[in-house]
Amino acid sequence: MAPKSTSSKATTVSPSSNPVLALWKSYNEQTPDRLRFIDAFLVFLMLTGVIQFVYCVLVTNFPFNAFLAGFSSTVGQFVLTASLRSQVDPENKNEFKEVSPERAFADFAFGSIVLHFFVFNFLG
Amino acid sequence: MATAYTLPDISPTAVKNTASLVRIVALALISGAAIASRLFAVINFESIIHEFDPWFNYRATKVLASQGFYEFWNWFDPTAWYPLGRVVGGTVYPGLMATSGVIYNVLHKLNLPVDIRNICVLLAPGFSALTAWATYMFTKEMKDASAGLLAAAFIGITPGYISRSVAGSYDNEAIAIFLLMFTFFLWIKAVKLGSALYGSLAALFYFYMVAAWGGYAFITNMIPVHALTLMLMGRYSSRLYVAYCSWYAIGTLSSMQVPFVGFQPVRTSEHMGALGVFGLLQIVAFAQLARAHMSSKQFKDLLFYSVIGIGLIGAGGFVGLTYMGWIAPWTGRFYSLWDTGYAKKYIPIIASVSEHQPTAWPSFFMDLQLLIFLFPAGVILCFRELRDEHVFVIIYALVGSYFAGVMVRLMLTLTPCVCVSAAVAFSSLLDTYLDPAKPEVPVVEETAPATASKPAATATATGTSAIDDVVNAAKKSGKRGIFDLDTRLIIVFNAFCMLSFFVLHCTWVTSNAYSSPSVVLASQNQDGSQHIIDDFREAYYWLRQNTPETSVVMSWWDYGYQIAGMADRPTLVDNNTWNNTHIATVGKAMASTEEVAYPILRKHDVEYVLVIFGGLIGYSGDDINKFLWMVRISQGVWPDEIQEPNYFTPQGEYRVDDRASATMKNSLMYKMSYYRFAELFGGSKQAMDRVRNQRLPTVSPTLDYLDEAFTSENWIVRIYQVKKEDPLGRDLKSANAFTDGKKRKRSKPVSRRRAIM
Repeated sequence: MAPKSTSSKATTVSPSSNPVLALWKSYNEQTPDRLRFIDAFLVFLMLTGVIQFVYCVLVTNFPFNAFLAGFSSTVGQFVLTASLRSQVDPENKNEFKEVSPERAFADFAFGSIVLHFFVFNFLG
Repeated sequence: MATAYTLPDISPTAVKNTASLVRIVALALISGAAIASRLFAVINFESIIHEFDPWFNYRATKVLASQGFYEFWNWFDPTAWYPLGRVVGGTVYPGLMATSGVIYNVLHKLNLPVDIRNICVLLAPGFSALTAWATYMFTKEMKDASAGLLAAAFIGITPGYISRSVAGSYDNEAIAIFLLMFTFFLWIKAVKLGSALYGSLAALFYFYMVAAWGGYAFITNMIPVHALTLMLMGRYSSRLYVAYCSWYAIGTLSSMQVPFVGFQPVRTSEHMGALGVFGLLQIVAFAQLARAHMSSKQFKDLLFYSVIGIGLIGAGGFVGLTYMGWIAPWTGRFYSLWDTGYAKKYIPIIASVSEHQPTAWPSFFMDLQLLIFLFPAGVILCFRELRDEHVFVIIYALVGSYFAGVMVRLMLTLTPCVCVSAAVAFSSLLDTYLDPAKPEVPVVEETAPATASKPAATATATGTSAIDDVVNAAKKSGKRGIFDLDTRLIIVFNAFCMLSFFVLHCTWVTSNAYSSPSVVLASQNQDGSQHIIDDFREAYYWLRQNTPETSVVMSWWDYGYQIAGMADRPTLVDNNTWNNTHIATVGKAMASTEEVAYPILRKHDVEYVLVIFGGLIGYSGDDINKFLWMVRISQGVWPDEIQEPNYFTPQGEYRVDDRASATMKNSLMYKMSYYRFAELFGGSKQAMDRVRNQRLPTVSPTLDYLDEAFTSENWIVRIYQVKKEDPLGRDLKSANAFTDGKKRKRSKPVSRRRAIM
């Protein structure tokens, strides 16, 4: 994400007609396994959130606090995981000078515990 | 390198250790000063709760302390808003009560059996010390520890903050300013480090703030505006993403746990800015990620089609949902901050509060003294070194100044920002003039006198050559000059004097203006001794001891909390103005004739009516002066029955003497206030209203439907008892006329009307 890595990466990508395909290809080539694992979790969270939202729109939002608790647990977990992802991304070393990957994981655990405390409190 | 003075030779570790010791001592002293300067009211008078709102907080805290947290959480108060009752647990910010409850329990566990009242009285001074510490931490992030110490000292004693946090002022603001500053500190720290830990902590303190004060909306909008500004300045970074998302995700969910807030964070316009920035950040973050994987041309295509598309759909969604009514528009209280004429036109109850008026210039100086002059300088210094956190202070300064200009009570949220930026400015000044290093003067200037005489330099010579001469002369003489010790000493001495005057000013303002409990009124006797007027408590305790516990007292809403707190009687309306119609009913009863008011009183089971009357001793905050607001508020609900112009003389004056309009003279409020007032002066023409400065008619008004039950020593509080219906079924007016021996007029039909129940 840092600007200087952008230029070096961009040159290695072979120009393709479809930007989405190019993005997919480049992602597969360049992302370390750890980050891909996180990304799989992110996709799972996103799907869960979409299902909940569709259920809320199509069927009912009746226990509105339960919907909000469930939906914000997926959204909150998503952004916390995305934060973890950008913190442990080796390309972002310069930005997070004081946050080591271990520290980032501890932060992630702390944030998730707090989040889920409030989620369970709000489920009602 | 030349120096203005030489420093003693001490090892760096010794300097470091001494510095940290000095910091600790300074912070301890600042805390001491912050607490001590808030105790004027306790020492001069006694340890009681001031003002109106704190009485409710105190009553709720007593419930919490005596019955436990669950009882408090589910507390339904049947005595407030008499026929309706009030669900306290769901209509209150419980942070303040919970804090005192925790302190109470901890002290009792430690075998320190402190009365809950003393905890409530001394909570604000205690938290002001914490505010000073939080401001120190915040300012340390802006500049350095020395600026932090200055800021802590400033906020410790500045009257702008003391006014809301003297001992006895047990209001939400007492802990809210500490939470505000600490949340901002954690937010700044989170943005700086990009740490989810600090983001989560910021969310936790944000939760505490939401539980404590309705002003949490300020944080809810300040942080998104900061994040948005950083993005627009092209300063987006992953650190911002981490900080904002962890704050928003946890903070929003936690804020919804407070029952009074409920689903507002997803359903009202005040909170939509935060949600919008959250969505925008996701888009920007994804765009940044995609950018790292693509060539710039492809990235442009992708950006154009998808990212902007998503953004437009999101923005359109907000607008659509607002128009469809799913997202509630701005509430009146917040809307009146933007449209300053709105409240006066449509919601008189908001405009009627004196704290909701615009601020005058003198009150800025009175509350902040020299800080108000240093404030812009500090903001400009923030511009010069524009780091991410400086952007925050700049935005805070702009927003805070605007709000403080619109509303007097929002001076409180401006004060921390003023202290921070004034401290930055002041400490830059001291840094410049205490740093012994002298800048190296270019050699060219050594020959300045020579060049000045040359024609080439004459364009600017007239002005500069004189200065150059002085500089060079000083250089030769050694110890005098712009960069030398004498100049520095003058500046530093001047700065020291300014700070001393600031301390004097703060102490003076605090002791004279902000340390008077409004429950007791103090006046000076001829010989300078103090005379205490204690009519409020006299009357409230009369109510408490001489009336049945279930008798309902009607008064204007200002006194609702005090009656409930001190007299312990049910009230019709109180300071929590949630039901405008109910207040308008009381206003209508006060503003109409006895015949109209009596059925209203009977329908609401009112047994006592309480009015505040300051005409005898010149207490200007009485009900006759508030009367026009009662008229206006009830006019909003019953425009046919109550009309404001009827209460003025034909010339449009608001008078209480002979020339007062008939409607005014017949209104219940007028009659209750001036009942027997003329007789007090022996029925002569001497009956003088000391507040309005008008001579009253020699004959006092008569009351047919009410009996005077109690009048306090200085006639400030007058309590009337509502008569029961006549046992013979006559209306009370003719019954009274009969008792007085007046003959009923033949022409009138016999009245057998009863009051409509």
